[in-house]
Amino acid sequence: MIEVKGVSHDMRGQAILRDVSLSLPRGGVTALIGPNGAGKSTLLSLIARLQRLQRGRITVDDLTVGACADRDLARLLAIMPQSSAISARLRVGELVGMGRYPWHGGRPGAADHAAVEAALAQFDLTGLRHRFLDEISGGQRQRALVAMACAQGTDYLLLDEPLNNLDIAASRQLMALLRHMARDQGKSIVIVLHDINYAAGFADRVIALAGGRIVADGPPAEVITPGLLRGVFDTDARISVIDGRPVVVV
Amino acid sequence: MTDRFVLLAGLLILSILGFMTLGAEGSWSFLLPFRGAKLAALMLVGCCLATATVLFQTITGNRILTPSVMGFDALYVLVLTALVFGLGAAGYAALPGPLLFSLNMGVMTGAGLLLFALLMRGGRGDMVRLVLTGIVLGLLIRALTTFLQRMIDPSEFQTIQSASFARFTFVDRRLLAATALAALPALALAWRMRFRLDVLALGTEAATGLGEPPRRGQRQALVLICVLVAAATALAGPVSTGFAGPSSFFGLVVVSLAHLVTPSPRHAVLLPSAALIACIVLIGGQTVMERLLHLATPLPVVIELLGGLLFLFLLLRKAHG
Repeated sequence: MIEVKGVSHDMRGQAILRDVSLSLPRGGVTALIGPNGAGKSTLLSLIARLQRLQRGRITVDDLTVGACADRDLARLLAIMPQSSAISARLRVGELVGMGRYPWHGGRPGAADHAAVEAALAQFDLTGLRHRFLDEISGGQRQRALVAMACAQGTDYLLLDEPLNNLDIAASRQLMALLRHMARDQGKSIVIVLHDINYAAGFADRVIALAGGRIVADGPPAEVITPGLLRGVFDTDARISVIDGRPVVVV
Repeated sequence: MTDRFVLLAGLLILSILGFMTLGAEGSWSFLLPFRGAKLAALMLVGCCLATATVLFQTITGNRILTPSVMGFDALYVLVLTALVFGLGAAGYAALPGPLLFSLNMGVMTGAGLLLFALLMRGGRGDMVRLVLTGIVLGLLIRALTTFLQRMIDPSEFQTIQSASFARFTFVDRRLLAATALAALPALALAWRMRFRLDVLALGTEAATGLGEPPRRGQRQALVLICVLVAAATALAGPVSTGFAGPSSFFGLVVVSLAHLVTPSPRHAVLLPSAALIACIVLIGGQTVMERLLHLATPLPVVIELLGGLLFLFLLLRKAHG
């Protein structure tokens, strides 16, 4: 379980998060939605210790973020940051292989190779494995980065806008895969999404942030309402319910 | 990959053989230790500078930087100039070698560590800022050096000029041992870091996510760079020209060649390959210059010329995408 207690975060005097508390039990896909600058990415990067915690406390199972060993947290939780500018010149297969580092510390064994093969196959990257990252499309690179996070083999998976650069087929495929991993492999997935319809379609739980606070939390059908769109996103888009699922008509 | 390493090892052995045997006149009992010490010095300097450059490029995420943009070599020339300025050429010449060596080594390691400690303090470890500050400091040091040189007696200036190019003509056995004592542990530690360096090369966020906090790795790498560059420079003098320009191209040349000959993102490949190439360039270059062409031009001048061209090539290639 990920527990966030009383977390506030400032950046140059600007409050990004204000006293956010939240608990995410194991399992399921949780979507973080909200307008630009709501603090979604900051919350995610604080959980994954990409930024230093200023106030509050975050625990992942029995590990306290910021106090526990980095290696231990890396075996429990993987993150795919929003702007993953990989500076090294790597091939796709090598990048995905790096995801196993927390387990082998540089000397991959048979289990690590198997995990990499599985991740490559799962994300349809086997044919691209020998291509360099700067030789493939943005969407393919995005898929490789998600595959790297999956290859890390952690129970918790945090993804910051993984649908960037992905076309509709790849987006749906990725979301379906994530939901499958949550349901059948017991993974806990937290994902920042911009497209509310993907949150409605694939998430078990939706948390809406605005101005650094949690403003709504619950199953998609309860959270995604015309009131939310008007109050939080400041837009008049209509919502129609199709097959019991709210759909934003853009 | 293995065949590339065999090729490099073969080239190294060839240049060592050439270096040791070509133009050998006189008794071997004299030549062997004499040339052997020079050979050891060249190899030590090559390994130090190649490793320092690899570490520096990895933690800065930039393949066209070398540690000397931070003004390390400039610091050496400043110490030299200040000594000649303060003591006079005769006083400088009278200084015992080991004292001079420890002074150089101490000042360079100390100044490097001080700079890093100041800039990495308070968790705002920003590599770009660090490099830029280093470049500005390097300029300051060079300006200070030039200022002192203007005020110096012209005949004493000669002393500085001849001492501020890397020289491999005569090697003091004691200095060689002292350098090895500092450099070999640093090289071993760099080798031990090889897997962590692979992760650090991915970038800050990816490294953090994989449980390898970049700040700790960067700090350790910077300490190693300080020691390695200081050891190499204190032994042989700056391999870059102290006067000609802001950067030494030696590290750049050998690491670029290593990327070309053994293309791999793994430091387990890159570190030995760069070190091998550095030794080949230094030993082979010295052999060709001294024994085959009978030129008196210092090797660094040639390296600087070729390095400058390579640097331009790398920049332009990058500009074209």
